Amino acid sequence: MNLARTDHPFTIAGKTYSSRLLVGTGKYKDMEETRLAIEASGAEIVTVAVRRTNIGQNKDEPNLLDVISPDRYTILPNTAGCYDAESAIRTCRLARELLGDHTLVKLEILADQKTLFPNVVETLKAAKVLVDEGFDVMVYTSDDPIIARELEAIGCIAVMPLAGLIGTGLGICNPYNLRIILEEAKIPVLVDAGVGTASDATIAMEMGCAAVLMNSAIANAQQPILMAQAMRHAIEAGRLAYLAGRMPKKLYASASSPLDGMIG
Amino acid sequence: MHIQLNGETYALSGPLSVAGLLEHLQLAGRRVAVELNFEIVPRSQYETTHLKDGDALEVVHAIGGG
Repeated sequence: MNLARTDHPFTIAGKTYSSRLLVGTGKYKDMEETRLAIEASGAEIVTVAVRRTNIGQNKDEPNLLDVISPDRYTILPNTAGCYDAESAIRTCRLARELLGDHTLVKLEILADQKTLFPNVVETLKAAKVLVDEGFDVMVYTSDDPIIARELEAIGCIAVMPLAGLIGTGLGICNPYNLRIILEEAKIPVLVDAGVGTASDATIAMEMGCAAVLMNSAIANAQQPILMAQAMRHAIEAGRLAYLAGRMPKKLYASASSPLDGMIG
Repeated sequence: MHIQLNGETYALSGPLSVAGLLEHLQLAGRRVAVELNFEIVPRSQYETTHLKDGDALEVVHAIGGG
């Protein structure tokens, strides 16, 4: 059986990217560390949150979009922190205006603060409205293959199941569900959330994910900029291994050195 | 008159457009987006959109997030 695969470009909303690593901009020490880590990661798509401006405060504070320029990066505004469809939809509309007719969004609706698990009921509702309004919706969801299928049917452009809960760094907790999602989906599947270290990202890519989105794994590392570099290599290694097709696993040994020509 | 600005009551001394308010808040020209009573106010309409007593205004920007 030949498991080798041919590569195909990573395309999101009509634009092709060479990096399959998407990174968040939260949890960094300061703007400079954010900038350096994102540069080191090689990411071309960068998530941001949309929040109320602090009225009367921090007027001279640098704006994130001045540091992470939309001219250089594809900005992926998220709806993180939203717990219902209505606030997520409002956030996406504000993001579209903020970024100047920008239709690419990451839809994320949470269910409770302890788990930050996706609320798929509200997510399905919001996805329908946003797709109808012309948004290109990349959707954060649980690792439920049936929900992933529904979100694809609604017209989301990428489905992004969690590997583990947000910010836990537990890695891919349910690889079999992820495999089913990967086998069924016709749109890109990205792992979003739960990655803890480079090997987690590599495993996701070896399994055939189109890309991986992460924030905490880089920002919460002891040395974020170094971890950003590690993640860049991990994603590339995983993708290459996926394309190469791994050797079959065997129970018994198989010598790598030929037996012919042995002395004695 | 009073408006709700980002969830807080905010007093205005006289009639003001969205553009005027952003100027007053030193947010003119910054990367922000505005929602008035649950509807987006496009940048092109900041000058012509006038605030009324009781209006609910949201002014947002991008910050770090995952």
